[in-house]
Amino acid sequence: MAVTTPQDLGTGYDVKYGFHDEGTHVFKAEKGINSQIVRDISEMKHEPQWMTDFRLKSLKIFERKPIPQWGGDLSEIDYDDIYYYVRPMENQGRTWEDVPEQIKTTFDRLGIPEAERKFLAGVGAQYDSEVVYHSLREDLEKQGVIFLDMDGGLREHEDIVREYFGTVVPPADNKFSALNSAVWSGGSFVYVPAGVHVDIPLQAYFRINSENMGQFERTLIIAEEGSYVHYVEGCTAPTYTTNSLHSAVVEIIVKRGARVRYTTIQNWSKNVYNLVTKRTKVFADGTMEWVDGNLGSKLTMKYPSCYLMEPGAKGEILSVAFAGSGQHQDAGGKIVHAAPHTTGTISSKSISKEAGRTSYRGLVKIYPGMVGCKTHVNCDALLLDEDSRSDTYPFMEIEEDDVAVTHEATVSKIGEEQLFYLMSRGIGETEARAMIVRGFIEPIAKELPMEYAIELNRLIELEMEGSVG
Amino acid sequence: MSRDSIDSFPSQAISHEECVGAMSNLLEIRDLHVNIEDREIVKGIDLVVNRGEVHAVMGPNGSGKSTLASTLMGHPFYTVTRGQVLFDGKDVADLSADERAKLGMFLAFQYPHSVPGVTVANFLRTAVNSVLGPENKMPPAQFRALLREKLALLKMDDSMAGRYINEGFSGGEKKRAEILQMAMLQPKLAVMDETDSGLDIDALRVVADGVNSLLGPDLGVLLITHYQRLLNYIKPDFVHVMVDGRIVASGGPELAQELERDGYAGFIEKALVAV
Repeated sequence: MAVTTPQDLGTGYDVKYGFHDEGTHVFKAEKGINSQIVRDISEMKHEPQWMTDFRLKSLKIFERKPIPQWGGDLSEIDYDDIYYYVRPMENQGRTWEDVPEQIKTTFDRLGIPEAERKFLAGVGAQYDSEVVYHSLREDLEKQGVIFLDMDGGLREHEDIVREYFGTVVPPADNKFSALNSAVWSGGSFVYVPAGVHVDIPLQAYFRINSENMGQFERTLIIAEEGSYVHYVEGCTAPTYTTNSLHSAVVEIIVKRGARVRYTTIQNWSKNVYNLVTKRTKVFADGTMEWVDGNLGSKLTMKYPSCYLMEPGAKGEILSVAFAGSGQHQDAGGKIVHAAPHTTGTISSKSISKEAGRTSYRGLVKIYPGMVGCKTHVNCDALLLDEDSRSDTYPFMEIEEDDVAVTHEATVSKIGEEQLFYLMSRGIGETEARAMIVRGFIEPIAKELPMEYAIELNRLIELEMEGSVG
Repeated sequence: MSRDSIDSFPSQAISHEECVGAMSNLLEIRDLHVNIEDREIVKGIDLVVNRGEVHAVMGPNGSGKSTLASTLMGHPFYTVTRGQVLFDGKDVADLSADERAKLGMFLAFQYPHSVPGVTVANFLRTAVNSVLGPENKMPPAQFRALLREKLALLKMDDSMAGRYINEGFSGGEKKRAEILQMAMLQPKLAVMDETDSGLDIDALRVVADGVNSLLGPDLGVLLITHYQRLLNYIKPDFVHVMVDGRIVASGGPELAQELERDGYAGFIEKALVAV
């Protein structure tokens, strides 16, 4: 008898990722947000008073801040029609056997345990509001590496969390960072001691299962001097007719000579608003690399940022966005030169098809006196048809003369001539289009570990399906 | 005029050809008329290319030579308003470019396009396997060996395989890469559109050597060219002169010599008188 693997089930998003299981939870807050719900979340998590206060203060900021009028259309989000906290199980699993059967089956279908066995140093798997499974390779644990869900981090390492939490992305940064700060749950806490190199990636996988769900994970990564870590996140959700909201905050501290790479392959279903704040502070001679792939969601607004705090700090942002029918990817990055002799790169590639919309939105800021800074911004857009749209919003605030800032932007279309050329060699139209798109993102795909490059190409092919006639 | 016209009896001829498919001409162009938008560019061409024959179509700029080449390969910009293109006896009117390639048709482009991020090796692997079909895919080792062999044939460096197709290629490299593709795909019919344009004499010789090495009893070639120069290196069996969308003269290699000596003026005059 044939064994049915997930690959055999079909190829469309709905079959591969857009399914949902019946759902299991031990607690589900009522829809909507108020201070009582925030208190309940904090109490259920047995948090220290300072965190409860932080949440309540953040809620006030959220309520006070207006909805942003730039970027994408946020007017359809009904904040009263969202579940802000759904607790799937009582205690996090240390083995997959500890995880309730149907949740485990969902992650099996998504291939997470298999990837863990093959090429990961540690895995965190979040389902709705909580991380249901977490692991870290034993030798890394022995070297003092900490990889926990954020709640576990707060319980077990309160001193470290209290020192850094909210210092890179303060609640008042924007409306959605305030919202996350009020109702955050799950996410990752990563601490890499000085000089430790985590040679293979740590991965977090975020899964929304419930309808009208709000997922607000919170991640804090601290790389001590001379350390290295590559953190990867993936995310998917069921396809529902109603909207869900994903609003994360990621804070990273890269200390002297350390290097952190943070890779995202965002593949939310097309009913998810993805409004995320990601930021790093990079200290002397440290390097931060954001590799940000946005394929899914209804609207994404996300601009990973590098604040270069001391001389020799480097920030690199690679952004790939793919917008199909009904999607708007408003993505890019920010490089803030807050010290002299710092270096930044933003490289963005966006693809739009079937009236999909991509926007590159970026900021390069150089403060007065920050001499010897270098930044290069490159954004390329590829339009697959006449209905698609791409815009570029490259903000440059350069307040020092002794710097080197360069900017290049291109917009191209898949031309009939280019297609004809490929097809004249026997390549079918669908494959020819996919080939052009793969080539377009190749400069970024080649930066990814092989498994993720393959995954990215596979997801792009999935997006390209049915894009012909 | 058309097959379903009651006045002519071509249906018999068609069925005969279909019965003896193996015996049919490799390429048969019948009364071909081609428009770009509303403008007629090719105004009634008849031409037969058999296996093992090299035909040259020569003509001045604007005579419709390149339109003919692109139309044969199924370019979507060009509309066939009348006539037929038969390949191996089969009407290819409804076939897209990739389907024509799978039948064994090949077009060497005058201006090959670049595809950033796609390597020559990757492109050729996809193309070769598309033409061979899903059941007959070439094993990777065999593909690599074939690619190395053909690169050597065209005096191209192995590093060419890892470069992005036509991206930053010199004029000569582009034309050589076209012949490399032809060598890899092993078509039955090669239409070569101004393959000599933009080549210096050394590059022309390498390209011509490459083409000559691919000639054989099974390959038909249609060389589209403005100048006689290419024909010093690739010897045609037949030469056709194309002026204003029509073939105004056909003959042997001596016709090319005549053109070289006297130019197109005489033919253009004759064509005008004919209209």
